[in-house]
Amino acid sequence: MSVLGLFKRKQPKGSSPDQSRDRGILVFENTSEVIRAETALKKEGWKIRVMGPPPEVRSGCDLVIEIPLIEELSILRTLQAADVTPKDIVPVSSPLLRPVDLFQTKELGRYLMIRAANMKLTIDKRTLTIVNVSGGGCPDVPYLAQEMVGKPLADAPSPREIGHTLCGYALQLAYEEVKRQCSP
Amino acid sequence: MLALVGTVPHRDFPLVDSEVSLHDDEVCIQGEQVTVNRGTPALLAATIKAGEFLGQPAPHGYLVGDIGLGDGSRRLYEYLIQHLGESDFQAITFHYMQPDIGCHNRVLFVMEQMSERPILIADAGSMYAAKMSGKAMAYDLFTPDIGELAFLADEEAPHPFYTRGFILHEENRVPELIARAYAHKNAPQNLLIKGEQDYVANQEGIQATINHPMDEAMEAIGGTGDTLTGIVSVLISTGMEIGEAATIAARANRLAGHYAEPTAATQVMEIVSHIPKALEDVFCEKNR
Repeated sequence: MSVLGLFKRKQPKGSSPDQSRDRGILVFENTSEVIRAETALKKEGWKIRVMGPPPEVRSGCDLVIEIPLIEELSILRTLQAADVTPKDIVPVSSPLLRPVDLFQTKELGRYLMIRAANMKLTIDKRTLTIVNVSGGGCPDVPYLAQEMVGKPLADAPSPREIGHTLCGYALQLAYEEVKRQCSP
Repeated sequence: MLALVGTVPHRDFPLVDSEVSLHDDEVCIQGEQVTVNRGTPALLAATIKAGEFLGQPAPHGYLVGDIGLGDGSRRLYEYLIQHLGESDFQAITFHYMQPDIGCHNRVLFVMEQMSERPILIADAGSMYAAKMSGKAMAYDLFTPDIGELAFLADEEAPHPFYTRGFILHEENRVPELIARAYAHKNAPQNLLIKGEQDYVANQEGIQATINHPMDEAMEAIGGTGDTLTGIVSVLISTGMEIGEAATIAARANRLAGHYAEPTAATQVMEIVSHIPKALEDVFCEKNR
């Protein structure tokens, strides 16, 4: 449903709780941003819908955009290109959930492994080369590993640039933490 | 026969449905090749190597290219909905797929209509979709790592990225996480949990712990979980009881890793080549 459509007819019934568990909500400051985001996402072919916010989302405007949550990283890239940034992204099923923000660091001899959520990034501390990527389950993980492993940290593409999913997003967090810990 | 369903990290890789073979470090299917590094190609390579040792036929692959956009996965889901019902596999392992509840549920519905329902194994994105859709109990085995076990244990989390912080993924909380996953019906009939120690579990709790040999670097090596899922899938497809297959697979995967003398920079294909020897040694130990 488009923003205008929302005012013309009754909002369709939501899907069952199970069916909505792979959906997320983009929260914006105002309706103008919602319209710009909706236009940009539809232009790129994303299956989205504009809806009223769930009661747990207490800030932002009166409209939100429902998206496929797994593909959050790709969607954010589309929005960034359109110069519109959501103030929050939350799962439809549990809008109060926040992304994992805990990191686990493990020293493995000359190597350093950082885990964020389900993703692990390992680097050679002497050469600052990415030597392994492990964990995760979305299809961009093997792709990200293929593009990043064997490259110096400074030259490797970041998951934010070439990833697409929440696993890619988790790897981005591990990547940022590795950079933070390895910066002089 | 065993079927394996997943994606390869090349956008232009076509949808293929055929027997799979391994030549050096490349998986070959229907005239297409893909290098084994991690993910579903690593699962396939381990399955083939283990199957060769066990005298099993080559596995059947349903593969498609997908780099995370979900386009390939959705084409494969649709293909499975059309064709899986005609198959007669003993076991099917679902692997790296874009989690999509609607598509997942339609594929599961097809399998539930089959005259002989195959044994269902899920790992990676397919396991996430099964849990998200509330259908975990329809599966016979999941193979999560500790972080993914915490996700199964968190009844609210739609993806491991959103696992709540208070459900810490620490090794000493594994029994609690298993109990919580079963309490919320977010675990299948059996679990093979991979990590510093591997655990075989079911609704009654931990049934076996496998912790030898212990090579700390294995956790960092991408694809070691995929090889474990591959080995257990083959063992199950021989008719072996799932708990026993999981215990043998965990031990063999550890041994294969150990024989590769791993560091955190080891690549998974170096481990795959040791799987036949590792399985041979595990069966020798067992028969002593």
